[in-house]
Amino acid sequence: MITTDILIIGAGPTGLFTVFEAGLLKLKCHLIDALPQPGGQCSEIYPKKPIYDIPAYPEILAGDLTKKLLEQSKQFKPGFTLGERAETIEKQVDGSFIVTTNKGSKHHAPVVAIAGGLGSFEPRKPALDQLSDFEDKGIAYMIKDPEVYRNKRVVIAGGGDSALDWSIFLSDVASEVTLIHRRTEFRGALDSVEKVQELKNKGKINLITPAEVTALFGNDHLEAIEVTQTGQVAQRIETDAFIPLFGLSPKLGPIANWGLEIEKNAIKVNNALDYQTNIPGIFAIGDVNTYPGKLKLILCGFHEATLMCQAAYKIINPGKRFVLKYTTVSGIDGFDGTRKEAPKSVVKSID
Amino acid sequence: MSFDINIKITDRLGVTHQIEAPTDMALNLMEVMRMYELAPEGTIGICGGMAMCASCQCYIESTHELSEQSDDEEAMLSEAFHVKPNSRLGCQIQITPKLEGLEVRLAPEE
Repeated sequence: MITTDILIIGAGPTGLFTVFEAGLLKLKCHLIDALPQPGGQCSEIYPKKPIYDIPAYPEILAGDLTKKLLEQSKQFKPGFTLGERAETIEKQVDGSFIVTTNKGSKHHAPVVAIAGGLGSFEPRKPALDQLSDFEDKGIAYMIKDPEVYRNKRVVIAGGGDSALDWSIFLSDVASEVTLIHRRTEFRGALDSVEKVQELKNKGKINLITPAEVTALFGNDHLEAIEVTQTGQVAQRIETDAFIPLFGLSPKLGPIANWGLEIEKNAIKVNNALDYQTNIPGIFAIGDVNTYPGKLKLILCGFHEATLMCQAAYKIINPGKRFVLKYTTVSGIDGFDGTRKEAPKSVVKSID
Repeated sequence: MSFDINIKITDRLGVTHQIEAPTDMALNLMEVMRMYELAPEGTIGICGGMAMCASCQCYIESTHELSEQSDDEEAMLSEAFHVKPNSRLGCQIQITPKLEGLEVRLAPEE
C-alpha cells in the first residue's frame, strides 16, 4: 500500500504543478497515470508542438513544459504509479480514501485530486474478431518492457511515430519484425522513416503496405495473423506477438463511476472556493473539471491546483493556522534535504 | 465586410441542424460544431484541432470544392476508423464564404 498526503490522478501539467504547490505546504504527493510516462497530453499527443500561452514563456514545446514541471517539483519527491489506470475508490471510516488501479496497486491518502484531463488514454483498437481473447496473450497496445519480445516474432501495425520507433527498436531485440500499415506513406519523424527504409533494405524489417491485419489465429495464445495487402490474396504470418499502435483516445473511464457529479464529460466542482467535488476530500482540477465559465487551459489548471492545495492543507492539518509565504522570501525546502533561497544581499561599507 | 454562411450539419444522432457560421472569426468546421454543441464536450475536437485525433471526422455530403488535405490530415484519416471516400477532419476545414450551403454529417464516435 502506497501512502501519501495528496493522491493525484493524472500526471499532466496540472497534476505535476500540484506537486510543487503541495510541497510548499509540506504535503507529499503521489501520482497515478494510465500512460507509461508523465506529461499527459503534452507528452503523448503533441510533445513537439509549441504552446504560446504559458505565462512568461513566449513559446515552449509541450514536451519541454513537461520537463520543466518535473524539474520544478523534483525536490518534493513525488511518487509515480505509471501505466496503470485508477479504477476504484473506497472511502474509509476516517474520511481517507483507498484508490486501486487496474493492476491492483493500492494507494491510501486523505485527499484525492483528480487531474485527469480528458480521461485516461485508451489505445485505439482495430475491429478484429477475438481481439480481446488474445489481449495480454500475444496482443499488446503499449510496450512497457521491450525485453519480453527478445528473440520473439513480432508484428506491428500502424503508421505513426510509435509504430516506426518500436519497429526500429525491436529489430535489434526480436527475431523477426513485421510492420504493416494501411498506406505506403508513414507519418513520423523523417529520420525514423529513413531508418525503417534502411532496415527494410537490409531485411531486418519485413514491411507490408498498403495492407491491414484482417484476422487473428491461435488457441490459448496468439499464433498467427492474417494480413491482406490491397488487391492481393490474404496471407498468414506466424507470430508470437501482435502490437497494434493506432494511437490513443481519451476516455473518462472508471472515474465516471465514482459517484461524482458529471456534466459534459467533466466533473462538476465548486469554483467559488476550492474545486472540491460533491464528495468531500475529492477535488477535480484542470481540464477534467467543469464550472460556469470554465476554460480548458493549462494556465487555469495551475491556478486551480494552487487553490486546491490550500483546501487539502486544511483537511490534513485541521485547525492549524496558515499564512501564505512567498518563495522569494522563504526559499524552498525540499523533501530531499535541499534548500533553495534568494542570495543574501551583501552589506559592506564603502570607504 | 464579413457575413455568415449557412451550413447543414447532421449530428451523431442523425438530427440535421441548419446553422449559421461566421466567416470572420478564423473558425474551422470542428469549432463551429462545438460552438453549437452538436456533440457533447469531450467527444469532438479532443486534440484541439491539430489533426491528431479523428474525433471531428465528418462526411462531406455536398459537392463543394474544399481545401486540399494536408499530409497530417491524410495520415490521420488513414489510421482512423469509419473512414469513407468523402471523409474529412472538420478541424482542417476553414469556414470561408465559398462554403455557403455546405452539407456534412459527423462520423460516429470511435
